[in-house]
Amino acid sequence: MASTTTTTTTTPTFTTAIPAEPERPRGQPIRLGPIDFGAIAMLCQRDLTRFWRERAQLYGSLARTVVWLFLLGTGLRGAVTLPGDVSYLSFIFPGMLAMAIIFTSLQSAISIIFDREFGFLKEIMVAPIPRTSVVIGKALAGGLIATVQGCIIFIFAPFVGVSLQPLNVLAAIGVMLVLGVGLTGLGLTISARMTSFEGFGTVNNFVVLPLYFLSGAQFPVHNVPDWMRVIIHLNPLYYGVELLRGLLIGLWNRSGWIDFGVLVAFMIITLSAATWSFTRQE
Amino acid sequence: MALSAIPAPPTLSSRPTVPVAAAANRTSTAPAIEVEHLVRKFDDFTAVNDVSFAVAPGEVFGFLGPNGAGKSTTIKMLCTLLKPTSGTARIDGHDVVKDPSGVRNSIGIIFQDYSLDDRITAEENLRFHCMIYHVPRSIRAERIAQVLAMVDLTDRAKDRVRTFSGGMKRRLEIARGLLHHPSVLFLDEPTVGLDPQTRQNIWEHINELRVQHGITVFMTTHYMDEAEYCDRIAIMDHAQLIALDTPAQLKASLGGDRIRLRTEDNEAALDILGSRYGQEALIEGDTVVFTVANGGEFAPELLRTFPLPVRSVEIIQPTLNDVFLQITGREIRDEGADKRDKLRSQLQRRGNRGA
Repeated sequence: MASTTTTTTTTPTFTTAIPAEPERPRGQPIRLGPIDFGAIAMLCQRDLTRFWRERAQLYGSLARTVVWLFLLGTGLRGAVTLPGDVSYLSFIFPGMLAMAIIFTSLQSAISIIFDREFGFLKEIMVAPIPRTSVVIGKALAGGLIATVQGCIIFIFAPFVGVSLQPLNVLAAIGVMLVLGVGLTGLGLTISARMTSFEGFGTVNNFVVLPLYFLSGAQFPVHNVPDWMRVIIHLNPLYYGVELLRGLLIGLWNRSGWIDFGVLVAFMIITLSAATWSFTRQE
Repeated sequence: MALSAIPAPPTLSSRPTVPVAAAANRTSTAPAIEVEHLVRKFDDFTAVNDVSFAVAPGEVFGFLGPNGAGKSTTIKMLCTLLKPTSGTARIDGHDVVKDPSGVRNSIGIIFQDYSLDDRITAEENLRFHCMIYHVPRSIRAERIAQVLAMVDLTDRAKDRVRTFSGGMKRRLEIARGLLHHPSVLFLDEPTVGLDPQTRQNIWEHINELRVQHGITVFMTTHYMDEAEYCDRIAIMDHAQLIALDTPAQLKASLGGDRIRLRTEDNEAALDILGSRYGQEALIEGDTVVFTVANGGEFAPELLRTFPLPVRSVEIIQPTLNDVFLQITGREIRDEGADKRDKLRSQLQRRGNRGA
């Protein structure tokens, strides 16, 4: 409809009521391709702020570790045969770090369902930021919180006879972060299109527990059936557990760089999948 | 009462019929919102069917219609949350499909449901908004203070949003929507579930924005009294735009005053009105309703000559609700809100009471 064809006056003008268009200074985004640093910083700050305000989940993580490490670990000690002279409790100690990471990351990712239900996701989705940055920001936030939770597990090291070397601990923190970001990416891919809270339990039962039990965190993989060994080798968490075990208790099965490469590849794949999953819903 | 600052609608000569959708913009500036032949289909269902309109900069534009009429789908397309099936829409010159980022930069949105993070403070919500809208760090604190003062929430800046009442949350959302100085502000049912005092306050703020900043306001509402504040109103029904004009003009198009007549026998009254007075009346509840050019003159004449006992007669100046009834054939409130809506408003009411 061309404006010239209309014959009736339909638009009242209020030019007298409106002062000259005010200046609208807008900042330039600090951006590298689809990576918007302001948006990533915002998403991380928000999740970390919320995490810090609700510290109760830290106690949950501590309680879980005590149960798994000392109750389950002590009970299973006699049933598991280990290579070399490693004690069972120190064998599963790196697994405890991996467990903290997987539980926390997937929980962080699933919080996006709550954001959708309570509206905050809309605030992010209508902002002038690329979807890639939304995914990276959310995944980095999940990874950081998971790493903090993982670091707390280090306080149990003296009780299970693991002596921590500063450089190895630093490397382990890096590994936890990569693993945490990758797993949050996986969680975001799953929950991007999920709209109900029921999905929460489903993800726990069908993703978290199988991933954890098939990671070699709780038992050594050298005497499991072949089919299970294949599945374990396809599980990215297995490489995280192996790498942490190498760094913290010196039990290496292959070069740590292979494990690390698998983790980085896993992270890139899940972040891409999550971005795709978020973009598709428009 | 600051609402008196709203400029009175310009006086326009009355027109016989309700003008439809053909409102193009005639001001010299480019339209703030320009929608041409917008269509959105969900599988076989057409939610928005060939909608066209333009909104001038600085205009307060109201979008009315029952639930399911396509209002929210239209807003979603204008806000880049949904892609149109066909047609175009431009906000502040940016195409919603080709330049969604440009559109997102130019608009502020207040959604129907709250979209605040209630676990963090009011100030944090605003600061995070600045970060994703790239408000330069050096002016963030000043901007945040400005918008908080505007909605009277300066004292509560450090409180978590979960302690806020419904009206305070709404005001905070309006403050947030303005933080990045948008040129167009979208409000989807901004006052649903709020008490009259708060609704009044929110309207004062909206008017202030228009007068002081020249912001274009595009809003949907259920409240017909609120629609009166709009410069122009578009009425949407069954996925199409069926009327678009100023409130005064729309009311004038009804052709006079409404007479509400209550008699002992409404069915008979209906027939008599038709045969003897040439009035096309209809029955609403226990009342017979019809429209005459001048109610003040018609009513005494009717009472003098009407053959049936009359219980009461009422003369009503037309309202926008009547306009709505006339062109859609039903009341805007009779929309049979679905369960989810009812639940939501109940929850909102409960939230308001609790805080």
